[in-house]
Amino acid sequence: MTAMIDIAALDDIPRQGARVVKTPLGCVALFRTATDEVFAMEDRCPHKAGPLSEGIVHGSQVTCPLHGWVFDLATGRAQGADSGAVRTFAARTEGGRVFLDATLLAARSAA
Amino acid sequence: MTERLVVVGAGMASGRMLEHVFEASPGAFEVTLFNAEPRGNYNRLMLSPVLSGEKTYAQIVTHDEAWYRAQGVTCRFGERVLSIDTDAKTVTGERGSLPYDKLVIATGSDPFMIPLPGRDLQGVIAYRDLEDTERMIALGARPGARAVVIGGGLLGLEAAAGMQARGVEVTVVHLMGHLMERQLDPSAGYLLQKALEARGIRVLCKAVSQEIVGEDGHVTALRLEDGTDLLCDLLVMAVGIRPATALARAAGLAVNRGVVVDDRMATSAADVFALGECVEHEGALFGLVAPLYDQAKVLADTLAGRPAAFVNREVATKLKVTGCDLFSAGDFAEAPGREDIVFRDPGRGIYKRLVLDGDRLVGAVLYGDTADGAWFHGLIKDRTDVSAMRDTLIFGPAFQGGAPADPLAAVAALPPEAEICGCNGVCKGRIVQAIEGGATTVDLIRATTKASASCGTCTGLVEQVMALTLGDGFTANANPPMCRCTEHTHEDVRRLIKSMGLKSIPAVMQELGWTTAGGCASCRPALNYYLLADWPDDYRDDRQSRFVNERNHANIQKDGTYSVVPRMWGGVTTPAELRAIADAADRYNVPMVKVTGGQRIDLLGVRKEDLPSIWSDLNAAGMVSGAAYAKGLRTVKTCVGSEFCRFGTQDSTGLGIRLEKLLWGSWTPAKVKLGVSGCPRNCAEATCKDVGVVCVESGYQIGVAGAAGMDVKETELLLTVPTEAEAMEVIAAFIQLYRENARYLHRIHKWVAKVGLDWCRDQVADPANRRALYERFLHSQTVYQADPWAELARRPQDWAPIADLTLRAAE
Repeated sequence: MTAMIDIAALDDIPRQGARVVKTPLGCVALFRTATDEVFAMEDRCPHKAGPLSEGIVHGSQVTCPLHGWVFDLATGRAQGADSGAVRTFAARTEGGRVFLDATLLAARSAA
Repeated sequence: MTERLVVVGAGMASGRMLEHVFEASPGAFEVTLFNAEPRGNYNRLMLSPVLSGEKTYAQIVTHDEAWYRAQGVTCRFGERVLSIDTDAKTVTGERGSLPYDKLVIATGSDPFMIPLPGRDLQGVIAYRDLEDTERMIALGARPGARAVVIGGGLLGLEAAAGMQARGVEVTVVHLMGHLMERQLDPSAGYLLQKALEARGIRVLCKAVSQEIVGEDGHVTALRLEDGTDLLCDLLVMAVGIRPATALARAAGLAVNRGVVVDDRMATSAADVFALGECVEHEGALFGLVAPLYDQAKVLADTLAGRPAAFVNREVATKLKVTGCDLFSAGDFAEAPGREDIVFRDPGRGIYKRLVLDGDRLVGAVLYGDTADGAWFHGLIKDRTDVSAMRDTLIFGPAFQGGAPADPLAAVAALPPEAEICGCNGVCKGRIVQAIEGGATTVDLIRATTKASASCGTCTGLVEQVMALTLGDGFTANANPPMCRCTEHTHEDVRRLIKSMGLKSIPAVMQELGWTTAGGCASCRPALNYYLLADWPDDYRDDRQSRFVNERNHANIQKDGTYSVVPRMWGGVTTPAELRAIADAADRYNVPMVKVTGGQRIDLLGVRKEDLPSIWSDLNAAGMVSGAAYAKGLRTVKTCVGSEFCRFGTQDSTGLGIRLEKLLWGSWTPAKVKLGVSGCPRNCAEATCKDVGVVCVESGYQIGVAGAAGMDVKETELLLTVPTEAEAMEVIAAFIQLYRENARYLHRIHKWVAKVGLDWCRDQVADPANRRALYERFLHSQTVYQADPWAELARRPQDWAPIADLTLRAAE
């Protein structure tokens, strides 16, 4: 099983919103859905590098704030006519805390 | 040989366990039962019916004295257990110690009390035991009594409904956006809130409690973060429970959030077991009764030396409030590969949502009609393959096995006298007649028969009747639906929000039959705008339904930085403001400072985490947000006018400033830009603005519907008025007309092209109507004319990264 790191309280992330985690692998967006699921993905749209953490979260998808590409939060894949994918990371909640894949701690050389 | 079994805690779990023990191993144990409450086992779940008066305490007692006597249980009720010695195998109570061979810890849970100032006042209680229940019952005997319940979960709502049934005036304060957010999705939460409000319970969601206010040591009110005081004689906190683990922890047992037990219900100490709300099993805690009963069975087997293992299974929730039919089971979170089936019947207040994961049903939320709850729960528990009945699954077991339904065939089968439009009592035959008489569009059907002209929810049916009657001659509504979540157009949604009094996003989605559970990035911002424009007093802005610029009150740039533009009233500034802007640009290393086309200064390239501090700095110099990001008032461009210019006919600068001070802060369907020129030379380029004023000797020419963006268009004259005061009133009234009627993202020129300039002129030329529009605008401004920067800058932590792992990695 992947080692996980305790990041923050679930309530620090707004419902249907996201917060950013800085990592040696770049910024990671940590999303919380209306039903309190959490997902983590690279905070960078493959189209023009838009910050996905600032997109509108609907269902288990997010719409990029720059040009409206839609991504599935779990798979990272672009939806509809657009093609491309964002790297995703394991994330989960337990006891009101949010945990994130510890490989994100890896040194820059590993990236 | 008889073993000595000591049980600490007489709750529902331990009571059920003792039943199993005496049944399975009669005579095997000599039992001593401790309970801190001065009574034995009763059904705690049934406290709500006791509170509402549907049951008495005597009726909910599960084990009476006769039962304990018959089983030879030594009862030590009203006595606390002080300590456990797992080496010596003894338990010490307030009235002495005794040895055990086997020990069961069933200490249950404690209510969580929010650490608000004033929580120690008299009249602040939890909802946990008979004493709390009796306090609430006693309150009902006092005429005019008021209560506040903090917590809109299962327990809080049962407390509220129970007190309300006894005549208490009850307000429920809930931190989250909708009631029972753990069990319900927003749509079902909305219906529940509506039902509770209909019976007289006041419900405040997204309400943050700040302080409990008291007088002479007794509670008098709950104060909310926004300053509201909710007066009350009793305050009930029902925000959750925590496992009661102090005793186990002191005894040195392994305790995380709860007392850790394995599948056999054994703790980390030999011969010590635990069950109920105090335990933690594989990371899970327990608050509902079904798993506790499973634990009771497992522990009874373990004590009897039989192999048994506890498995945490799916549980269903039902709310015990008479008249609120509500059921929730399984997991209804969004996840990849999961699909929703949503059924809504707005007329009957029914909402059903099934969550499928591949071929299995994994979750169900039912509101209004819960008859099929048990059947769905069975499908979830048994992991039944539902692929064969998927099309009709949501209609329940009665509909399985038949032919798949074709909606068009169903309409074709209706007799001519079948009612299509319930609001206006129009039957299918009347509609067919109208179509044959030449009404070939939905609008014509509305005009000739009134069908679908009121609430509009039958529009789909009307279209199906048209498709059947006209065959290939029918083309569906040319005005496309708002988005793929609904069949309604923007215009229909706006009309229905007003006519049906819909005041929240879940309300709109339910009553208008949205086909998705939570909307999409296209409909949510539109709905948020429509609701805040129509219901300034009732609706609270939903930040998460806004595009990034409006959510962050700054314009996002291509590299993810932001631009910050302070308001510069009428394009006029001062040396002090310029200095403050220059200082801010220096302090935050702003890469570009640019003068905008709207006569103000843009600071480009500000990092998100610097936004709160740059805003505070600009606020401190007296500047507010220029809303350069908003679907709202942007700028009022002016020329210098009669104050300085030799051609100026009126004080165009002053009028521009006064207009900007009147209009700033208002949200509109799309951005709004104004211009005021002091003479027909038009240096402020007022004739290509959304609203442009050209001053002349005799007064003010107010033009509207100009454009200088993707479309370029000159304004058209709305009205000419003699005084500045009239000009201000006409403009505000016109903006309000636009706010109330236009479709989201339509600029004024697009909207005017649709509704016609003559209609707009009629609306604002009529003095009474103009005044009413103007007053509605002013009223909305009392809510929305506030500087967002001042508010948002108070929480700088929300703008920074939530964590920085680069620092941890370096360690």
